[in-house]
Amino acid sequence: MLQMIDEGLIELNINGETRKVLVRPADTLLFALRERLGLTGAKPGCENGDCGACTILLDGWPVKSCLMLAVEAVGHQITTIEGLENPPIQQAFVEKFAFQCGYCTPGFIMNCQGLINNHPEADEATINEWLQSNICRCTSYQEITAAIKSVLQKNPA
Amino acid sequence: MIPFDFSYYRPDSAGEAVALFQDLDAQGKKPLYYGGGTEIISMGRHNNVDTGAVIDIKSIPECGVQEFQDDSLVIGAGVTLTQIHEANLFPLLAQAGARVADHTTQNKITLGGNMCGSIVYRESLLPLLLTDCEVIIAGPGGNRNAPVNDIFDKQVQLNRGEVILQYRIPKSLVNSPHVHVKRTKSEKISYPLLTICALNSGQQVRFAFSGLCGYPFRSKEMEQALNDTSRPADERADHAISQLPEPMADNLESSAAYRQFVLKGSLVSILNELGG
Ligand SMILES: Cc1cc2nc3c(=O)[nH]c(=O)nc-3n(C[C@H](O)[C@H](O)[C@H](O)COP(=O)(O)OP(=O)(O)OC[C@H]3O[C@@H](n4cnc5c(N)ncnc54)[C@H](O)[C@@H]3O)c2cc1C
Ligand code: FES
Ligand code: FES
Repeated sequence: MLQMIDEGLIELNINGETRKVLVRPADTLLFALRERLGLTGAKPGCENGDCGACTILLDGWPVKSCLMLAVEAVGHQITTIEGLENPPIQQAFVEKFAFQCGYCTPGFIMNCQGLINNHPEADEATINEWLQSNICRCTSYQEITAAIKSVLQKNPA
Repeated sequence: MIPFDFSYYRPDSAGEAVALFQDLDAQGKKPLYYGGGTEIISMGRHNNVDTGAVIDIKSIPECGVQEFQDDSLVIGAGVTLTQIHEANLFPLLAQAGARVADHTTQNKITLGGNMCGSIVYRESLLPLLLTDCEVIIAGPGGNRNAPVNDIFDKQVQLNRGEVILQYRIPKSLVNSPHVHVKRTKSEKISYPLLTICALNSGQQVRFAFSGLCGYPFRSKEMEQALNDTSRPADERADHAISQLPEPMADNLESSAAYRQFVLKGSLVSILNELGG
């Protein structure tokens, strides 16, 4: 049984590396990434599961890191925006001007990367359903949709 | 940031989880079972949860099952709404779960947590109510099975220390003709003004509702009215609405009058689609 009674060190697999991190059991993964590990790509927005700015990949699937305990991620593979190595979706965001202030961008990119990983042949309805998990207050929605579509269309499928 | 401390446990068996609950309870820790944690974390941040220990159920093998066994579809309480949608073994449940919160949050919300949480809507419970499925529960007195309509009656009826392990859904109903309707005030992702799940079991059309009253429900009286084939669909809908178990909700999502208007139109179109 995994158990964590008080504040202590846990090991997390982040971007392919094992990192030791000092957290309380009640600390969220978002807090651990930003405040303990200096991985500030995942952004705090609402911290309530509504905005998606904090999205990371957990075992390849997008998860809002404000709705996950750091200790809950033990034994799983975490990927943050810092762990992406310039995949096509990052280039597509630049080419399609899919951001303005950029605050929502890491969360959107991680969600898009999750979609590309899991549904490389996603149809329009699936794209819309996934993208609705994130909010862009600069309203770059059309450009973000164009960016993800441009990557999905390049897939051999 | 959650402004208070609790301990975290991830037991590997149901027996270990239940024994741990009793032990922590005896120590005054007010333990909580932890499914997806979305409600525990979001309410914890506002100090609206009072616990000194959470027991994560996701490593209990029974809680992660999603497969056909004999005449049943068995789904573990720790299975996420996304996993249910991706597997699509019970299309009505897959559809209902895919309209709870948003897609990314569905990667975390569990079937058991959506039923046992305190947010009143519990939309993924509706298809379960329609199938009269069995709920498998572990607790201090051992394991027990009970019909879902007994375990959920206005609220979850579990004894202290009990944890839901699985739902056993009759295989014969999972591919029945069905309709899912969710109406919100404006945004697609929002709490429902009303959600209706309907399923034609072969003998009758069954209906379950969320958003109309202070709890999700299935009503025999309303089903009788809606299946009265001697009357036209709009009369059946009016009669069913007069049988609501409590006055129509009147809140920020919608006035009672508008809700009634939307409900009637939805019931008539469901009856037209599913027969009955
Ligand atoms: C952004 C957002 C939008 C939302 N929108 C909707 C919506 O549109 N419709 C809707 O219905 N809900 C909605 N919700 C609420 C959501 O339903 C709850 O947060 C969720 O259902 C809780 O599920 P969980 O698995 O995360 O449960 P947890 O947070 O882990 O647990 C919730 C409660 O259930 C108990 N529990 C969990 N599993 C078990 C078990 N197996 N046995 C016994 N007790 C258990 C816990 O002790 C706790 O008290 C939304 C939530 C968020 C964050
Ligand atoms: S900060 Fe996590 S969803 Fe908004
Ligand atoms: S680019 Fe500013 S919030 Fe999206």
